[in-house]
Amino acid sequence: MSVHQISFQLNGTAVERTVGPEVLLVDLLRDDIGLTGTKIGCSIGVCGACSILVDGALMSGCLLPAIMVDGRAVTTIEGLADGEQLTPLQDAFIRKGGFQCGICTSGQIIAATALLASNAKPNREEIKEWMMGNLCRCTGYYKIIDSIEDAAGIDRANV
Amino acid sequence: MRTFDYKPARSIDEALALLAEYGDEAEFIAGGTSLVLMMQQGLVQPGVVIGLGAVPELRGIKRSADGGLEVGAMTTHRVLETSPEAFAFAAALPKALGVIATIRVRNQATLGGNLVHADPAQDPPPVLIALDASVDVVSAGDAARLIPMESFFTDYFETSLGDNELVRSVKVPPMPAGSKLAYKKFLPRTEDDYATVSVAVRLGIDDAGTCTDLRIGLGALGVTPLRAKAVESALLGQRLTESVVRDAAALVRDEVDPLDDVRGSAKYKREMARVWTERVILQLGGIGVPA
Repeated sequence: MSVHQISFQLNGTAVERTVGPEVLLVDLLRDDIGLTGTKIGCSIGVCGACSILVDGALMSGCLLPAIMVDGRAVTTIEGLADGEQLTPLQDAFIRKGGFQCGICTSGQIIAATALLASNAKPNREEIKEWMMGNLCRCTGYYKIIDSIEDAAGIDRANV
Repeated sequence: MRTFDYKPARSIDEALALLAEYGDEAEFIAGGTSLVLMMQQGLVQPGVVIGLGAVPELRGIKRSADGGLEVGAMTTHRVLETSPEAFAFAAALPKALGVIATIRVRNQATLGGNLVHADPAQDPPPVLIALDASVDVVSAGDAARLIPMESFFTDYFETSLGDNELVRSVKVPPMPAGSKLAYKKFLPRTEDDYATVSVAVRLGIDDAGTCTDLRIGLGALGVTPLRAKAVESALLGQRLTESVVRDAAALVRDEVDPLDDVRGSAKYKREMARVWTERVILQLGGIGVPA
């Protein structure tokens, strides 16, 4: 069966790989490249644990054959912080308790990153609507929403 | 997932040539949200997958000269959901795209892929049936035909698309002057679910209160998306009052043939078809409800 030379930007760095067409992006990231921050949950595009950005757009790494990101820019949770300097969202998730067991956290932060890139000051309903596809099995949803509001500089006492 | 040969196409001609070369063995891949899952489950096992992601002719949304709307098959749901052209055409159309699954799926899945997948519970088909849209289909040698949306779907996950054909775009004719569009997806479980039942209505009422235009598309109420022709005929030309609409909407029960599943029994869905058909027409027409 065919193999393909693909090249793409991964967290700002050029990556080249030879892959079979059946290899999913989430497996390439975790098993081949070794970036295990992107998690595998349901594997059917429902839970959001494998959320990644492709050219800035939020997608499921488990539904995306790696060949489909040839020539595009992929961002994973590892690509957000600048060295030790966390993004405001990462910082807020820590300070506001935006995670419990942590399995969904990479996906939550990637999804919230895409939200704030398209809507810098979302209201609570907009946050809920956007984040609806990222499931938290610990049910820590309120603190996730609080973290996103905090990162967006929204002071809920004054909303 | 069983492996396969991947052949990316760069133009419609190249996609059709690859399809002619590999025939039954081949499947097109658009966004991949449906095909990848079906391949993982072994429900579809193509030897060759033809990629359409690098075919620019299949993308884009434009208003046609007559005031209609043309949407390229590879346009993602999210692009259509946020399209100013689509909003200017009829806001209920992009809004209907905005209730599909989650934003991740909408960033990846395409309108053409959605139609070809032919799942009867999908959101775009009932809306496009109500809008009297057609599927613009091409085959080798510049041959093209338009398939009316309501006859595109032939059975559960089956379409009337020929073995040598590719969906190029969806063509929506202009809305009749004064007509309005609405889509209601009944979701008693979770927001990212498939519809339990869904109803799309295009409705026109003149100054005398007479129904001048009515098309009704139904989702999740049979093995294909459906059109509620009996309800339409009962109301066209009638002066619409609450009781007239109520009586006509009851006819929808005999037009649907829903399946029992986790979203409800066939009996329940049949009753919900009546409730939502009635409700959407009354609300859209501002009939018997305070404005």
